[in-house]
Amino acid sequence: MTEKLTAATTSLAGCFGCHMSLLDIDERLLALAEVASFDRSPLTDIKHCGDKVDLGLVEGGLCNAENVHTLREFRKHCRILVAVGACAINGGVPALRNHIALEECLDESYLNGIGIENPQIPNDIELPLLLNKVHPIHEVVKVDYFLPGCPPSADTIWKFLSDLAAGREPSLPRELIHYD
Amino acid sequence: MTKPFLQIDGKPIPYTAGQTIMEAATAAGIYIPHLCHNPEFEPHGSCKLCTVKVNGRNCSACTFPAADGQDVLNDTAELNELRRTVTQLLFVEGNHLCPSCEKSGNCQLQAAAYFLGMVDAHFPFFYPARELDGSHPDILLDRDRCIFCELCVRASRDVDGKNVFAIGGRGIDSRLIVNSPSGKLADTPIAATDKAARVCPVGAILVKRRGFEVPIGERLYDRHTLAEESLEREEPIVESRHD
Ligand code: SF4
Ligand code: SF4
Ligand code: FES
Repeated sequence: MTEKLTAATTSLAGCFGCHMSLLDIDERLLALAEVASFDRSPLTDIKHCGDKVDLGLVEGGLCNAENVHTLREFRKHCRILVAVGACAINGGVPALRNHIALEECLDESYLNGIGIENPQIPNDIELPLLLNKVHPIHEVVKVDYFLPGCPPSADTIWKFLSDLAAGREPSLPRELIHYD
Repeated sequence: MTKPFLQIDGKPIPYTAGQTIMEAATAAGIYIPHLCHNPEFEPHGSCKLCTVKVNGRNCSACTFPAADGQDVLNDTAELNELRRTVTQLLFVEGNHLCPSCEKSGNCQLQAAAYFLGMVDAHFPFFYPARELDGSHPDILLDRDRCIFCELCVRASRDVDGKNVFAIGGRGIDSRLIVNSPSGKLADTPIAATDKAARVCPVGAILVKRRGFEVPIGERLYDRHTLAEESLEREEPIVESRHD
């Protein structure tokens, strides 16, 4: 590989566990830095993708209008898009609210739940509108690869990244596929 | 007298009269993926995971009788792809959020998905609204994860003699119903020691206060593939059924 890969990451409706798992590849980060440079990512604090991104890693599902906007923009810039973790793949824990009407969720969280003081539903122009349901990202954009797990282990992420950096078709052995 | 044979993936397999293809395969140590089949019960044939090609036609191995000269294809890329699609459909038709499920690691649906190399569900999720029943002191019924295999129906009817469960409705409106005036589990004679309370291959019927007993990494399918586990457990049952 002559030119360095450009990688970007983003977090939508997730808990940052997948980003932590990426950092958990520990000293292999140095090997990664040899072959890849980071563009937009919460780790670099770059807010928008540059023109050419080879690899985009998405953590989290879609729970509000901003998530959808961010995902669409991200997809536009990334040659290869990867859904990382349960939330990006199936909505994950945030999707537990899908059984419950949005109105009831808001009521429980902000108006009549236990221990609430000064009950009010947050309403500010800066707050993105909530979607009725939480959705995985493949329902909105094309996804090229999926890394299952909550979060996928550091080894899973590493196997995927090192395969890709070496120009191999990424593949995950059974031991690296986990849904929990 | 020579025993009758069929072929599975080109290998001659003996069978005894009355055996299904699944039973002949299991007795010979060949794994055919399955979910609604459990050798302790009469076959049901609903999940279609066990689809094999018999002389060129797709059939459910768990219900199809073994016969002389059958040429059965089982472990092929095409059939495993089909099985993966069926498994993906089972995931999107229910609410399967493994990180929050007590059955994770011990669940046959999850293990089937691991076995078949499923990394995503491919289809849009249905997120169906399904009722949870926590009324029973010892048993939890979380319909979110029911795959309509009817194992609980068969166990309750045929082993426990209590007829606690049935599947009601059709197609996407199918749901597991409970046979009591209130429709609640608490008003049935089911007990935590019943077969029906322990047979569910997924986390839909759970005995309470047992969750997360074994840490992640040490659970059943962390240690064995579904194929290993099935063959080890099911082979002796098949042998004794047809002695
Ligand atoms: S029943 Fe199995 S597949 Fe469904 S959520 Fe639980 S562990 Fe996952
Ligand atoms: S509750 Fe479990 S055993 Fe009963 S039909 Fe559903 S998945 Fe099968
Ligand atoms: S195992 Fe044969 S159809 Fe389910």
